[in-house]
Amino acid sequence: MTQLANAPAPVDPGSTAWMLVSSALVLLMVPGLALFYGGLVRRKNVLTTMLQSFAAMGLIGVQWIVIGYALAFGASYGGWIGFDPRLLALSGLPYTQNFADKAIPELVFVMFQGKFAIITPALISGAVAERMKFSAYVWFVLLWATLIYCPLAHWVWNAEGWLFKYGVLDFAGGTVVHISSGVSALVLAVMLGPRRDYRPGHGAILPHNLVLTLLGAGLLWFGWFGFNAGSAVAIDHPVAGHVAGLAFATTQTAAAAGALTWLLIEWWHQRRPTSLGLASGILAGLVAITPAAGHVTPAAALVFGAVAATMCFLAVQMKPRFGYDDSLDAFGVHGVGGLIGALLTGIFCFIPVAGWAMGGGPGQFVKQAVGAGVAVAFAAAGTFVIAALLRATVGLRATDEEERDGLDISVHGERAYHQVISS
Amino acid sequence: MKLITAIIRPERLEAVQTALQAVLDEGDHYRLSVETVEGHGRQDGEVEIYRGQRVRANLVEKLKLTLGVNEAYVEPAIQAILRGARTGRVGDGKIFVTPLEDCVRIRTGERGSAAI
Repeated sequence: MTQLANAPAPVDPGSTAWMLVSSALVLLMVPGLALFYGGLVRRKNVLTTMLQSFAAMGLIGVQWIVIGYALAFGASYGGWIGFDPRLLALSGLPYTQNFADKAIPELVFVMFQGKFAIITPALISGAVAERMKFSAYVWFVLLWATLIYCPLAHWVWNAEGWLFKYGVLDFAGGTVVHISSGVSALVLAVMLGPRRDYRPGHGAILPHNLVLTLLGAGLLWFGWFGFNAGSAVAIDHPVAGHVAGLAFATTQTAAAAGALTWLLIEWWHQRRPTSLGLASGILAGLVAITPAAGHVTPAAALVFGAVAATMCFLAVQMKPRFGYDDSLDAFGVHGVGGLIGALLTGIFCFIPVAGWAMGGGPGQFVKQAVGAGVAVAFAAAGTFVIAALLRATVGLRATDEEERDGLDISVHGERAYHQVISS
Repeated sequence: MKLITAIIRPERLEAVQTALQAVLDEGDHYRLSVETVEGHGRQDGEVEIYRGQRVRANLVEKLKLTLGVNEAYVEPAIQAILRGARTGRVGDGKIFVTPLEDCVRIRTGERGSAAI
């Protein structure tokens, strides 16, 4: 880690360029998510819903610089948590310092990882849409990122992290990002209770603008290339090499297979291939391939996309029976897709170890299941504690009146759409 | 003078316009206002698919046409709307005819029949 002050370490220009681009691509996923979720809510709540994603850019954008990076990637304390006073506000990190043995500036790695920390809590917002108190959401995101995300990222991605050392494979965040956010989304949705107008079996609360949702899905797909192919940073040297190419190819393949599978299932199920179904299939495929992107073949990625879309479709179909209101299916897609992806990784991985179906025995599958189980337990327990704390202090829900009138006007004092007549 | 208010299927607007033009347009442009409205009558709302469920909207989108006409044109206008808007299925809409007390052309201040 230490470099002579006057002799900047040499960087690999190609890798640095790719990581800079990847960092920007991952950030683009946040507006993508905002559009995806924003289109799915009613018009009276589109701004507050999009704001939940955008707020994470501001909040975690600051938190990551101040303390987040230090907790996730600072010197390890027993594999449980990182810390390094020089990383507080990055004040002791020379801009000329490279990240580990990779020939890229550490600041670029800080930025890349920071975007993951931003989008992960924003994913949860889909489960609490149209009813969570905005101040409670702000506190939740800050506490969740600091107390759940940072430790989990440390366990799985830091070279000293205990799950990393145990051998859990999580290429780009199936466990750290999707299982953790998906499970937390479910816990929070249950604790919040359903929206006042949510009556499963008696109609549905319909999306107000699926055009936004499709645009968001497209941006997420595009940004995901940075998310996954940029994550070759943990493995390859130079970063922009064969593993990045593999991750790019598997990402594209799984997204396409997921989109096609969900579309065909709906076509068969209700004789209607819907745009929301296709968009959901894209996400299911992308979520599932995330832990595996640099570990499996493109042929295996077809299986990831198809299985994830099928299982997520079933999960979304079963939701009304349980009565909880995961409004925009954050658990149904990210939680379920993340679990499927983590487990399939143990079956289909061929580098750096051989999975169950690749002649390697069940060992890696077991490790994946343990990693997923730890993430489920930690995220669920942590979310419960944070949400219980917030419920006892600031309160979790908007008032019934605010919810009825829409959070856009009652909380933010804005309307997304005005009548043409008054413009 | 009468005020004719017609609720029609949105997809029949063009046919109604063509039919109205044939009876009302005498070298000048005929007058018509069109609004989008939602409501319900006997017709069921559209079925949408959301997350694998069939969801029926409780309001149906229609167009509301408003036109003021002099007595001689009331029946021809009603017949024209019927020709253009009728499909024979539930949901074709309704025509309301009400007496019109006065009419003022804002540009010139003309009143009554001359202003229609």
